[in-house]
Amino acid sequence: MDIRIRGIKKSFGGFAALDGVDLDIASGELIALLGPSGSGKTTLLRGIAGLEFPDAGRIFFGDEDIARQPIRERRVGFVFQHYALFKHMTVLDNVAFGLRVRKRGERPPEALIRERSRELIALVQLDGLESRYPSQLSGGQRQRVALARALAIEPRVLLLDEPFGALDAKVRKDLRRWLRQLHDQTGYTTIFVTHDQEEALELADRVVVMNKGRIEQVGTTDEVYEKPATPFVFDFLGNTNVLRGEVRGRELFIDGQDVPIVTDAIHATGPVDVYVRPGDLRIADATAPGFEATIRGTQRTGPIVRCAAVAAGSGLPIEIEVPHLHYDTQLLRAGQSVRLRLNQFSIFARGAASANPTPRDAPILIGSERARGRLG
Amino acid sequence: MSTSFNTPLHDPPVLPPEFGPQGPLLRRNSAVTESATVQWLLTGIALLFLLGFLLLPLVAVFSEALRNGWRVYVDALREPDALAAIRLTLLTAAIAVPLNMVFGIAAAWAITKFQFRGKTLLISLIDLPFSVSPVVAGLIYILVFGRHGWAGSWLSDHDIRIVFAVPGIIIATIFVTFPFVARELIPLMQEQGTDYEQASLSLGASGWQTFWRVTLPNIKWGLLYGVLLCTARAMGEFGAVSVVSGHIRGETNTMPLHVEILYNEYQFAGAFAVASLLAVFALVTLSLKSYLEWRHGDELAAQRKH
Repeated sequence: MDIRIRGIKKSFGGFAALDGVDLDIASGELIALLGPSGSGKTTLLRGIAGLEFPDAGRIFFGDEDIARQPIRERRVGFVFQHYALFKHMTVLDNVAFGLRVRKRGERPPEALIRERSRELIALVQLDGLESRYPSQLSGGQRQRVALARALAIEPRVLLLDEPFGALDAKVRKDLRRWLRQLHDQTGYTTIFVTHDQEEALELADRVVVMNKGRIEQVGTTDEVYEKPATPFVFDFLGNTNVLRGEVRGRELFIDGQDVPIVTDAIHATGPVDVYVRPGDLRIADATAPGFEATIRGTQRTGPIVRCAAVAAGSGLPIEIEVPHLHYDTQLLRAGQSVRLRLNQFSIFARGAASANPTPRDAPILIGSERARGRLG
Repeated sequence: MSTSFNTPLHDPPVLPPEFGPQGPLLRRNSAVTESATVQWLLTGIALLFLLGFLLLPLVAVFSEALRNGWRVYVDALREPDALAAIRLTLLTAAIAVPLNMVFGIAAAWAITKFQFRGKTLLISLIDLPFSVSPVVAGLIYILVFGRHGWAGSWLSDHDIRIVFAVPGIIIATIFVTFPFVARELIPLMQEQGTDYEQASLSLGASGWQTFWRVTLPNIKWGLLYGVLLCTARAMGEFGAVSVVSGHIRGETNTMPLHVEILYNEYQFAGAFAVASLLAVFALVTLSLKSYLEWRHGDELAAQRKH
């Protein structure tokens, strides 16, 4: 079932939780709604489910506008953050619930309901636990019961609210991979909400990055990671260094340096912010394009060496991450002055935007660049 | 749909039920418990208190009632006025309790599942019968429905008797007992939130199906407890009922009123006999609750809440 969302608005009191959201989701896609708390991602999900009615806008399932349809008529599978399993029912009764409450004419015979429920319980790998109560299951098992229960009604779309939020790290990783396989196998259009960028990037076909009730960017993992549309997207998807810079034609001068980086993508002129990830900073030759920095200290965290430094020109603090066996680690000693190059970065125009940081007025992306040949 | 996945999911072993939160696993940790003397002292004080203030009076009621033997006891209960009082008390409870049950569920539902203006006012109003003296409650009904009250002339024109009649007693009892069910349900339903109902609706259930299949099973223990408390109070209420009843023997006397009249007339055997019956009702109510808890203990543990 393909879904089209047009101009959805929703406010609670004076707070605009959704401020004009448009989104197209193709049938069979696995979509992540990603954003910090208060970004409107859960409100959007609940709007699609029918747990909230939007103040304005339309939601289409196929060609049918369902924005004002109550939830029980929408046939959506909703998996709640804390699963909301019926405590007084066994696993089997929970899964069978959606079939048993159907109107008499549409309800399958009891034998068929049980068979279908058992199939679903097998699908979520809980065979043999049919007669357990939810309180006798682990967190991951409860989550799968909730999933089977939602799938039992053959939903037009499957919606998951923070599906892994209440699980511990190990179970979460297993379940994430498993859910992806389940999706590929069953083909349900699936939308899930998360505030964990790693989860979103790993699991989803496309990621919808949200902030302050608006969509900042929609794209595949590669698109949002390598060509972030706004500083917010860049910042939200991982650790970020922000450097001062200036663009003159195709030349980018970083941190007051006089050796420019020459790029293909840049065409504007003026002051810019250069966004670069700690892992994309590497030590350069003395004459190569880049900028000077002084190392303040290093800290090894597992396989990664993190290094705190200060940009020589602007005095802004920066962070560098290097694999611990990398050649550069020997040069990253406290007090050392080094020249750094940028493997991959994004440039945003600086100016009035920072005083008024709403997404629409945010600095536009001038270009994202990836240094060729010398990645590492 | 096949079930062949190449990522097998490993679940941690589930602990046997005795390790559950309701299980009998008692941990004695001498480092953080009081010394034996303090434990004995606290237990002793609690037991002495129970003995002096609860058990002793209960024993006294029965021993006084049976002082002149079984025959006198049974005769005191079979006397027509006593029978009428028993019937009236049971009738009052039979009408007041179901009404308060419906009202309590409706009020708790409204308060916990919806947002609306005046919610705090409604919660305060529900508590009103707890804070107002029952005598005042009785007087209010006299003022409203009495012969010289606001609705008095209209009622007498239509030949409807409320005050000094059975309807008055029932209304007064409803007033006094209406917080019990709602008070029991509100915190329970507040804690449970609306996720279960929303899940049920999302699976296609109607509001009615959701109430019967999801909400009611979730609150049934709280509801039962509230109903039992409500019943006990409805049968035992004295103050409000005393004001509106008019003390007409054989007609508007409930059991507590009957006890008082007999006592004032120095018919101690009769007074204690009826009083002991009231006590028996209370004990039956209590044991019914305990029995249900014991009988459905598994389910109770599964729900972790009651």
